Amino acid sequence: MDFNLSEERQMLADTANRFIRDRYDISVRHKTAAMEGGYDPAMWTTLADLGLIGALLPADVGGFGGLGEDIAVVFEALGRGLVVEPFLATGVLGASPIVISGSDAQKALLEDVIAGGLTLAFAHGEPEGRYDLSYVATRAEPQGDGWNLSGRKAVVINGDTADKLVVSARSSGETADAEGISLFLIDAKGAGVSRRGYGTIDGGRAAEIALDGVAVGKDDLIGTPGQALAVIEETVARGIVALSAEALGAMDVSRDLTLDYLKTRKQFGRTIGSFQALQHRMVDMCLEIEQVRAGLLLGAGTLEADRLERERNVAALKNLVGRAGRLVAEESIQLHGGIAMTWEYALGHYAKRLTMIDHQLGDTDYHLERFIALSRDAA
Amino acid sequence: MDMNLTPEERAFREEVRAFIKDALPPALANKVKSGKHLKKEDYVTWQNALNGRGWLAPHWPVEHGGTGWTPVQKHIFEEECVAAGAPRVVAFGLSMLGPVLIKYGSEAQKAKYLPRILANEDWWAQGYSEPGSGSDLASLQTRAVRDGDHYVVNGQKTWTTLGQHANMMFCLVRTDPNAKFQEGISFLLIDMTSPGVEVRPIILLEGEHEVNEVWLTDVRVPVENLVGEENKGWTYAKYLLTYERTGIAGVGFSKTALANLKRVARTQKNNGRPLSEDPLFAARMAKVEIDLMAMEVFNLRLVSAAGEGKVPGAESSYLKIKGTQIRQELTDLLRRAVGPYAMPFVPEAFEEGYNEEPIGPEGAMKMSKNYFNMRKISIYGGSNEIQRNIISKHLLDL
Repeated sequence: MDFNLSEERQMLADTANRFIRDRYDISVRHKTAAMEGGYDPAMWTTLADLGLIGALLPADVGGFGGLGEDIAVVFEALGRGLVVEPFLATGVLGASPIVISGSDAQKALLEDVIAGGLTLAFAHGEPEGRYDLSYVATRAEPQGDGWNLSGRKAVVINGDTADKLVVSARSSGETADAEGISLFLIDAKGAGVSRRGYGTIDGGRAAEIALDGVAVGKDDLIGTPGQALAVIEETVARGIVALSAEALGAMDVSRDLTLDYLKTRKQFGRTIGSFQALQHRMVDMCLEIEQVRAGLLLGAGTLEADRLERERNVAALKNLVGRAGRLVAEESIQLHGGIAMTWEYALGHYAKRLTMIDHQLGDTDYHLERFIALSRDAA
Repeated sequence: MDMNLTPEERAFREEVRAFIKDALPPALANKVKSGKHLKKEDYVTWQNALNGRGWLAPHWPVEHGGTGWTPVQKHIFEEECVAAGAPRVVAFGLSMLGPVLIKYGSEAQKAKYLPRILANEDWWAQGYSEPGSGSDLASLQTRAVRDGDHYVVNGQKTWTTLGQHANMMFCLVRTDPNAKFQEGISFLLIDMTSPGVEVRPIILLEGEHEVNEVWLTDVRVPVENLVGEENKGWTYAKYLLTYERTGIAGVGFSKTALANLKRVARTQKNNGRPLSEDPLFAARMAKVEIDLMAMEVFNLRLVSAAGEGKVPGAESSYLKIKGTQIRQELTDLLRRAVGPYAMPFVPEAFEEGYNEEPIGPEGAMKMSKNYFNMRKISIYGGSNEIQRNIISKHLLDL
């Protein structure tokens, strides 16, 4: 076992963290989140130039990373800064299906993604599907040599501004069947695609997307028709590692803000951190964060393992992050008292992001049930 | 001992329901239920309706306009109002200042202010907390110096709830800086239209404007606005905080929230079945329902034991702790119930006149906002940590 980051990854971490610390403080975050589209295209390009998108993708598509630990390093830094630029949507959820099973022509597009040009979004979840990965009611009806896509996609992160969408649609089977799902890469502004964009409570952006008779050809198919669930699972596993690392970064900042406040805020003639009751709760918060740090090592390290091991570990990780995220968000606010309830104090924004992470790619309960089911399969 | 409602109490519930049906405009109830921002007129409309029935100040002594209701009746009344979507009655003038004036105010103050409170002609704010005095309220520093027929007040109050609508503020000020903290505080009534009073909004983490800062710069307050004796204000403040405890656990709010949660869980789908059938979610709902069942009885037992005109003692801190935990858990479950649709947030949707299709299932867009907003209830009104200190010291002798 080796718990040290390689030299290259350490450099990547240092670069990312230094940039976030020096050029992406909370006031920058508020400003970029308020821009049309929910992020700053100039900032996106700058972050691309730093290599932060390239780190998420393997060498064979023009990146220089793409492993679980690379994703974790980048997203932990992003989480510290509450960065709103579309790393998850473009660099992980959108790009992964193409990396895993895309055509050469599709993979060639990733060069532009890495440069901060082309943006992607993963339009998979549906209004009635909740967190279930095989729930796809959107249909791909055969039409000539291709298909016609019709359906509705829900809460597509950065779906409102993405240039291209990775869309799941069912070419056979019933709505929740594992078999019969296909993935397509389509133009977000193409005929039959309509998008309703909106903000999310944690400062992000998403969209409801309607597909009404979107014509797609064989070149638009990603991978093998009807066999996309395995690709979707692997993509989501990578997304879970990303979200968990982002959560860890946000938890570390929440912890530091809280610890500093306990040491400086005085009431009753003494610092509030001198009260043992609060000391114990602060320790409990730190302990849960260390558990997440360890869980992330486990999850990130097994992204390349066999399916069952990978799936079980990322389910464990996301469940852990859900539980710890709630504790950190709630306790960090409570230990601060009123000040943390304000927009002006940074902590509230970290608490919102931590809480919303438990509504993306499966929540605490979904992953507990998944872990239980996978453990039965592993036995 | 009898846990059942008496026939009279059941009849009272029907009477309350009939009144609400008649007096609460459906548009206003919908506004409240859908989480839209209430304007000053919305609160005043409902409070005027209650006053017309003589039900605005149930806990005041009857001779001053109270209803003489039993604790169970007050409990039923609160539950029915919340369930029907009535706006929350603003507590500051009615539940806080009113009882203080009744017990400690001069005849002139009672004659002047009590009718104006009932008629909703004055909107009162509470000037207590300061940036440096939150849990340690007694350490407050806002200074009032006697100058002829006036006090000259300088300082800063914070967390002034709905201060943006208020024209009057009851204020704790320091009149003797040389005495022990608690013994140098006075209770002053301040006209917020006086020169030197400035109200600035504080925006909360979910974007709401509910609380404010109030800056006081050389504000001249007539001496007749001192309540009771100089330097005895802490006594009145403590009295005020313990006076009205019937609703402290928020049982009415929790019951309405639980009913709402069950409805949402039945309509949300998980693996093709209602979310309420998911064992994990069903377990979460059952646990909080069990806690609420016990707490409602605990609440009634405590306030009934206090008896006519008396107030529950330190045990009411138990109600505040458990009541807020249950309410907060319910907001967490409501948010959890809508799954990915907890994320969309459209601030304009909470303004009157917004007519677009909601994003996701009905009501989903307010779940996260409510969850974050309600993180305040374990902090305000005496934080749950302070409530535990009260129990430790006054009940357990630790």
